[in-house]
Amino acid sequence: MSMIEIDGLNVWFGHGPDRVDAVKGAAFTVEPGESFGLVGESGSGKSTILRAITGLAPDWSGRISIGGRALTGHKRDRAFYRQVQMVFQDPYASLHPRHSVDQVLSETLQLHGFRDIDARVVRLLDDVGLGQKFRFRYPHQLSGGQRQRVAIARALAGEPEIVLLDEPTSALDVSVQAEILNLLTDLREEHKLTYLMVSHDLPVIGHMCDRLAVMKDGEIVEVMAVGALRAMQAQHPYSQSLLEASIAPGSRSA
Amino acid sequence: MTLLDVQDLWVKFPTRQGIFEAVRGVSFTLGKERLGIVGESGSGKSMTGRAILRLIRPPGIVEADHVALEGTDLLGLSEKQMRKVRGERISMVMQDPKFSLNPVMRVGDQIMEAYLLHNQVGKAEARAKSLEMLQAVSIRDPERVMRAYPHEMSGGMGQRIMIAMMLIPNPQILIADEPTSALDVSVQRQVLNIMDDLVKQRGMGLIFISHDLNLVSEFCDRVLIMYAGRIVETCAADRLHEAQHPYTRGLLNSLPRLDQPRRKLDVLTRDPAWAEVPSVGGKA
Amino acid sequence: MSDMTLRQWLLTDAPTSRRHARLASLYKGWLSLRSNTMAMFGLGILVALLLMAFLAPILAPHDPYAQDLANRLLPLGTEGHVLGTDSLGRDILSRLIHGSRITLYIVTLVALIAPLAGLLVGTIAGYTGGWADVVLMRITDIFLAFPRLVLALAFVAALGAGIENAVLAISLTAWPPYARIARAETLTIRSSDYISAVRLQGANPIRIITKHIWPLCISSLIVRVTLDMAGIILAAAGLGFLGLGAQPPSPEWGAMISEGRRFILDHWWVATMPGLAIFTVSLAFNLLGDGLRDVLDPKDGGQ
Repeated sequence: MSMIEIDGLNVWFGHGPDRVDAVKGAAFTVEPGESFGLVGESGSGKSTILRAITGLAPDWSGRISIGGRALTGHKRDRAFYRQVQMVFQDPYASLHPRHSVDQVLSETLQLHGFRDIDARVVRLLDDVGLGQKFRFRYPHQLSGGQRQRVAIARALAGEPEIVLLDEPTSALDVSVQAEILNLLTDLREEHKLTYLMVSHDLPVIGHMCDRLAVMKDGEIVEVMAVGALRAMQAQHPYSQSLLEASIAPGSRSA
Repeated sequence: MTLLDVQDLWVKFPTRQGIFEAVRGVSFTLGKERLGIVGESGSGKSMTGRAILRLIRPPGIVEADHVALEGTDLLGLSEKQMRKVRGERISMVMQDPKFSLNPVMRVGDQIMEAYLLHNQVGKAEARAKSLEMLQAVSIRDPERVMRAYPHEMSGGMGQRIMIAMMLIPNPQILIADEPTSALDVSVQRQVLNIMDDLVKQRGMGLIFISHDLNLVSEFCDRVLIMYAGRIVETCAADRLHEAQHPYTRGLLNSLPRLDQPRRKLDVLTRDPAWAEVPSVGGKA
Repeated sequence: MSDMTLRQWLLTDAPTSRRHARLASLYKGWLSLRSNTMAMFGLGILVALLLMAFLAPILAPHDPYAQDLANRLLPLGTEGHVLGTDSLGRDILSRLIHGSRITLYIVTLVALIAPLAGLLVGTIAGYTGGWADVVLMRITDIFLAFPRLVLALAFVAALGAGIENAVLAISLTAWPPYARIARAETLTIRSSDYISAVRLQGANPIRIITKHIWPLCISSLIVRVTLDMAGIILAAAGLGFLGLGAQPPSPEWGAMISEGRRFILDHWWVATMPGLAIFTVSLAFNLLGDGLRDVLDPKDGGQ
């Protein structure tokens, strides 16, 4: 049984003449423990798919099923939130400016119905490599990378099986990006997580994912394994041009 | 020939915890070339660009032996003279065109206004010149773009318009602060090519500020690598991948690469000593 | 830890407990407020006003109600009556001092009722949207469409004169602007990533509004309240002046001006002294409000 199954997914915003179709007939599956990437340029609809899964984009049609259970509408139940969590793109916007790290994590744990909140906050902070001295800080006392670690800790608090990653490193410096990507790799192994990762950066997707889908103008033009990507064997001309544009000049000569 | 000579530039901000030094004694020269300044956020690269144009607002302090534009020290000029320099001799392109264009004015009116500000000519000539400028930045349908409002433009188009506006007074130096970071990869290339052509044709000096090592190595002639407000290394852009400084090497190695799959990426370990070593001179 | 001064402990970037973190952020806010001279000036006046109200019986040289018709309308600087006496020979200084209690009472009650009502209406309208938004905001518009004092007059006329009814009337006319501010803030906060994130943890709307949206709205409301405070005092004084607020012989400042009005040409100080008191307190609130805006603006992330 697939962890995530998406078939004939359409997502749109607005109604009548203002209607914008952000995703058109998307279909892919993600197996348990797999890491799947969605690549495309801005406006290609890749993030919209994540928002439709989580119920943040209310208007959609088609089929989304998580762990064999089909989703309907934009209301999600408690079990869904236990199973699926998301890390947002901009760590400067995804933390409440007036809540300390401790408040963010405690509240999340409380919402998921845990009792041993103190011990769990400590463990979460250790898990994401922050440690105790960050526990009572406010977001403005943290760097971008530290904020993103807090956001990852928040996503892991409910012990989910699936983590949706929406460009988790695009707002960060490359050296910090490496730290966060390594952390995500480790966490996936430790907690047997399934990742669905969105990015515009092909090398990042190539590093993190087992398979990927290339999106253009709301449609998936190609689904391929990462091996084909590394071997530069994209079939669709658009994927080829993306690949061409993402190859570092240094590696081309090397 | 040296267009710009910066000697011992400091930018300081007083804070409650004492003085924060964003740029600490940076020296470099710029000729008719494409000079890249790379570094991470907080390395002082953007502050360097702004300090040259004296765009650091109080309480920020700019100090330097000299920031000389063809022999004239910019730090000694009055604010009025500086405004002339900013418009006519050094131009700046910012990261996001959305914030640089006036949202309630048509694109054409903004370009023409910029042109009329620097040239005593009639409206018709300003219009013809504006169309010419838009064509120069590879805009295919300049008439339509002239009539459009900024929100109707895509990011790449907006950035081209900004470049066109910056080039109207025919400046000697263009400072581009992350001009393509907000753009998609494919659009990025186009915008860079346009800038490249213009710089070559007009014999301008370009300071290209970016966090993207690959982009800089491909696009520039010479690169300064900044860390903690200082220049830690300088090298020819096409030899950036052979850079020696552990910081530069660390940055390069922390990038994921399609052709070299690894389970884990190299993580940059920062040596506090890097921040203490005096700035490397960036003179050509 | 031992060689750390209290100041360093408060200015740390790495707090060690919840209490420490809260104290540290309070202290930083205090420091930036303290660096604003004008705001501190306003705060000073308000603290003085508080003390004055608290210690009124001790500070006042005379009984504010004691009439002495032989010594009526004495000028400023008279022996024993520094600010003179009014038409019934009552000491104006004593009446001002006792009147500060009434002013504070009105201000406190209005400052509690109006912003809370506005916050409730504004955040619910902003967060839920749809028809609830439409209904709530149209009601707000109806209230906003009336001139404030006229509406308050209508309420007092219906409810009967008196301080409590004046407070109620002013509050009823003061909440709509707060509702508008709260709604506008909520609309921007609602679509932010941190609200999406807490929704993905399964938080219900009540929790999101009270724990996540309120803390961000409250700071801009506090600023707005301090800036509006002058208007509230003036509205209370206006009602008093029209004889619909505090009733004689109560030493409410507006009522005092109203009484002094009859003698304004020959005995100007009778109306001017309470007028100056209203002016000073209003100014103090405005100055403090300006300073608080810099400290509390949520866009600075509390820095």
